[in-house]
Amino acid sequence: MVEIDGSAELARNIRLHCLRMTSAGGSSHIASCFSIADILAVLYGTILRVRPEDPKDAERDRFILSKGHAGAAVYATLAEKGFFPIDRLKGHYQDGSDLSGHVSHKNIPGVELSTGSLGHGLSVGAGMALSAKKLNEPQRVFVLLSDGECDEGSNWEAILFAAHHQLDNLVAIVDYNKIQSLAPVSETLALEPFAEKWRSFGWSVKEIDGHSHREILVEFQSVPLTPRRPTCFIAHTTKGKGVSFMENSVLWHYRTAKDEEFEAAYKELERLK
Amino acid sequence: MRDAFIQTLSELAERDPKVLLITGDLGFKVFDDYCERFPNQFLNVGIAEQNMTGVATGMALEGWTVFTYSIGNFPTLRCLEQIRNDACYHGANVKVVCIGGGFSYGALGISHHATEDLAILRALPDITVTVPSDLYEVREATKAIYETPGTCYLRLDRAAGSERPTPQFELGKMRRHKEGSEVAFLCCGGVLEEAMIAARLLDDAGYSSSVCSVHTLKPLDQETILATARSVRALFTLEEHTVEGGLGGAVSEVLVESGIALPTFRRLGLRSGFSSLVGSQEYLRQQYGIDGKSIFQEALKILT
Repeated sequence: MVEIDGSAELARNIRLHCLRMTSAGGSSHIASCFSIADILAVLYGTILRVRPEDPKDAERDRFILSKGHAGAAVYATLAEKGFFPIDRLKGHYQDGSDLSGHVSHKNIPGVELSTGSLGHGLSVGAGMALSAKKLNEPQRVFVLLSDGECDEGSNWEAILFAAHHQLDNLVAIVDYNKIQSLAPVSETLALEPFAEKWRSFGWSVKEIDGHSHREILVEFQSVPLTPRRPTCFIAHTTKGKGVSFMENSVLWHYRTAKDEEFEAAYKELERLK
Repeated sequence: MRDAFIQTLSELAERDPKVLLITGDLGFKVFDDYCERFPNQFLNVGIAEQNMTGVATGMALEGWTVFTYSIGNFPTLRCLEQIRNDACYHGANVKVVCIGGGFSYGALGISHHATEDLAILRALPDITVTVPSDLYEVREATKAIYETPGTCYLRLDRAAGSERPTPQFELGKMRRHKEGSEVAFLCCGGVLEEAMIAARLLDDAGYSSSVCSVHTLKPLDQETILATARSVRALFTLEEHTVEGGLGGAVSEVLVESGIALPTFRRLGLRSGFSSLVGSQEYLRQQYGIDGKSIFQEALKILT
């Protein structure tokens, strides 16, 4: 991972927070958090026009985590960027806290939309993008989806809609880690030819390495890829990226790292630069 | 009722350029005038109600007041989770409008019978549920849900409906259309007309009855419901909807929890499963015992 303005450090810290948060809370989805840590680091490090001191700034870019089960990664990113104190992350998944396992906007500065049920974020993002078009406002809308989430038919309604309305201020990023909750995507409900599907619906599509900060940065900086077309980045990622024994394993969709596993994972993440 | 809604919405759209009407590809010829006058405040999203509700939420979160429009169960049950998670949880100004409540589209079959929507939507947190019974209430409820922050539901009959400009409409307060001392009919929706017929037949038979429109199912006018229950021998709820969880269910909850001495209480509505009967709204009301004559006979059984 090549460092860009501290993005590697940010990605490492996101992963470390996620490990601590999921282990302390006994929650799932650590591997889903790890696969998007680099994307979040570049988005919040460089790409998104957001200001932690004014999280509701009208001209901010909107970011929606449609794969709400990776909420810990977004909470960690927002805390690292100063939207709220890092200390609040300790409340994740704990009794009486605001930080639910699936991302919630209530009392959490910087979260645009609460999600958790898959297939909701892209339609809401399309609505936000259409509003910006109608009002001639500059903000862009980034929606991060999972690959398994693309099983949901509602996404394809939104994909049709965004292309029809030429929402080139809308960017969908698919975390294509190739593993969904019970088995590989290809064995569950095959998405391939995936890029072709988006393209044939009228989107401008680019496949990227979802862990290369430089590639993410360069490609995200060039949106819209085509005027009057929404953009889709299919980010090839590794589920559980950053901890060797969690990578590419269905097990770590749900498993929580405890004791020796926690120590081993922590050591591996600390070494990341 | 549909025309009264569109007419009122046009007035709102003229006043507020951030009023938006989204249809799921339904409303043939209905929107022609609206579209011509407010082309930037109209959107046909196609036959995709989940996306319709999600897009509506996105625009509402950006400051628009969005009316989603379709018929039967399409704007409600088809996209229930979008209403719950996206619209309601975010307090978004999404106003869900259903044309064709109950048996409005009776002969089209069960897919087009909206007969559980009230129970289901009433169960959602942070939603206002309105069911106008006449044209005046349609206009006033449309204005009221525009002014009420957050997610609202407006359930309309397809039929033309009566004009009853008094008493004045207030969201969450039921309206009494006929005074009477022995029986009270609490009604929601256009089926209230049947209670008016029953009440006249009761008058002729020498029994005094009152008829009320519970046009707001949530929040419910508990105080007036209890006061009414205390004042009569028999209390009826009437709805073109299953009796489970709708107006009948809601009133039952209030009565039982209040601990008052109850009058004889009957819920009139659908009880016997899906209707695979083909028929007009009028025919199906008769089959389900929610037409004026059947209601009259049911009341008579209790009173004599």
